[in-house]
Amino acid sequence: MAKTRVFRQKPSYVSTSILLIGAAYCLFPVFWVVMAASKDSSELFSTFTLMPSTHLWDNIVELSAYRDGLYWRWVLNTALYAGIGALSSTWVSAISGYVMAKFAFPGKGKVFAVLLMGVLVPGVILAIPQYFLLALVGLTNTYWSVLLPQIISPYGIYLARIYAAAAVPNDVIEAARTEGAGELYVFNRIALPMMAPGLVTIFLFQFVAVWNNFMLPYIMLGNDALYPVTVGLSGLLNQGATAPAMYTLVITGALLSIIPLVVLFLVLQRYWKVDLAAGAVKA
Amino acid sequence: MTVIEAPKPVVRAEYRPAARRSNFRQRVLVPYLMLAPGIILFVLFMAAPIIYTLFLSFQKSQVSGLGLGSGSRTTTFAGLDNYIASLSNPEFAASAGRVLLYGVILIPVMLGLALLFALLLDSRRTRGSNFSRTAIFLPYAVPAVISSLLWGFLYLPAVSPFYFVFDKLGWDVPSLLASSAVIFAISNIALWGGVGFNMIVIYTSLKAVPTDIYEAAKLDGCSEVQIAWRIKIPIITPAIVMTALFSMVATLQVFSEPTTLRPLTNSLSTSWSPLMLVYRDAFTRDDIYSAAATSIVIALVTFAISFLFLRVVQKRAFGQED
Repeated sequence: MAKTRVFRQKPSYVSTSILLIGAAYCLFPVFWVVMAASKDSSELFSTFTLMPSTHLWDNIVELSAYRDGLYWRWVLNTALYAGIGALSSTWVSAISGYVMAKFAFPGKGKVFAVLLMGVLVPGVILAIPQYFLLALVGLTNTYWSVLLPQIISPYGIYLARIYAAAAVPNDVIEAARTEGAGELYVFNRIALPMMAPGLVTIFLFQFVAVWNNFMLPYIMLGNDALYPVTVGLSGLLNQGATAPAMYTLVITGALLSIIPLVVLFLVLQRYWKVDLAAGAVKA
Repeated sequence: MTVIEAPKPVVRAEYRPAARRSNFRQRVLVPYLMLAPGIILFVLFMAAPIIYTLFLSFQKSQVSGLGLGSGSRTTTFAGLDNYIASLSNPEFAASAGRVLLYGVILIPVMLGLALLFALLLDSRRTRGSNFSRTAIFLPYAVPAVISSLLWGFLYLPAVSPFYFVFDKLGWDVPSLLASSAVIFAISNIALWGGVGFNMIVIYTSLKAVPTDIYEAAKLDGCSEVQIAWRIKIPIITPAIVMTALFSMVATLQVFSEPTTLRPLTNSLSTSWSPLMLVYRDAFTRDDIYSAAATSIVIALVTFAISFLFLRVVQKRAFGQED
């Protein structure tokens, strides 16, 4: 950000206001959901929706009471799928990228080429095939069915290889080996901390990818106690079509679910280093 | 978890020179054991599903006798039947057409705005750019289902502040959820979720350009707009190409937004997008064989489009480089 200003230029109101309009467009739905979540279900349909009301707490209580706190179960499930999933994925990507960057072994080129082809395979296309396969072994409708398929991330491995090559000096690895350290120890205790800043980026990408992947849990899970928030709320909205009182629950649930993400996102903002090599998009 | 413990090699440094370890264990076994978690997961959850789907796509289920009882259904080799059925299905053509139109609406607008925002962020005359950058990037943290929920309510005349205002003004604005407009409704949701991410990709590549180039142009009397057109945009073309490619791939797979919006409108069929069609065939109609064939067709089309796009763009933008 800190550019040296050669000469002070006068502010441009046109460019500043275009960006502010863009910002307003992006913040508007968030602002709306905060206001709408403060209304009870009759106010939602009868009052101007941008006027705040006083029922936010009541709505939270009502949402928490819905089927014995099912919503909070969904929140925990989401934390499990996205948190544990992204952590495991980061570790697997890190060790694979580290080996690719720091070891010379026969077949390395071929292994990496096959993995890179995986980058091109969109995750969503895989969801239905993964279902067919997990159905064969009777693993559908379990936590594993959502967690396991999302641990492998060819793109994460690709990034980790770049980070490992840049951040872990060969001398350090050699020195540790001469001291008699095992390879796994060298990786976990020496290389991993050195790669940490890059790994945060991989973690964030994977976290968002899992949290965004609606289709996989939607297909895999039948038991609503295993749902993540996204699938749960989409189901609630479905019921809302016949019972509009559900809308208040859906709106409150949507608000509560984006708060932790927005916080996480703002706190870790500096790790979003998205350069060309790091081009990924949410599906 | 399928994490395989890589054994600690009992290699002692004093037995071998540190620089070149050439025995089998160190050269082959150790790297492959450390790669094992990645390779096993890749095979189980990427390669195997694709191969199994290919296998299914050439099968069909045949009902013998009255079709009752568990032994009455057998699967036989179907050749290309499923593919022919899938490609000649008018619903598939219709969903492909909708997704094409959706991409034509969404991608130019999204990338155009992302580029404009990135250039404005990079301009020194813009004020408050940190705030705007964060605000525009923020929707990336909101998953597609939640953003579809939020926008779905904003489209719903009963709860939307827009329709409240239109109503007060006495305007009769048709609902965006009506069948003629629902494609714009979905495009807007995707635009909201994607513009900030693409903006950051383009902005990051703008930041990587050394600023002396601009200073020189500035001293030569170039305006900001000229600098943007003549210098910045050509330099960041690779980033724009990549964002376009990823956006096209994402467009072909649209599923969450229309699926989430369905309860709010009658204008979205269960076969609105190709992936929704696959879902319906596999789970509502229990016809996993045609669903498998359609999946393969979608994957192939995705690859073909990515490949063609990169070829065309490489020829035009990168000239002789290749």
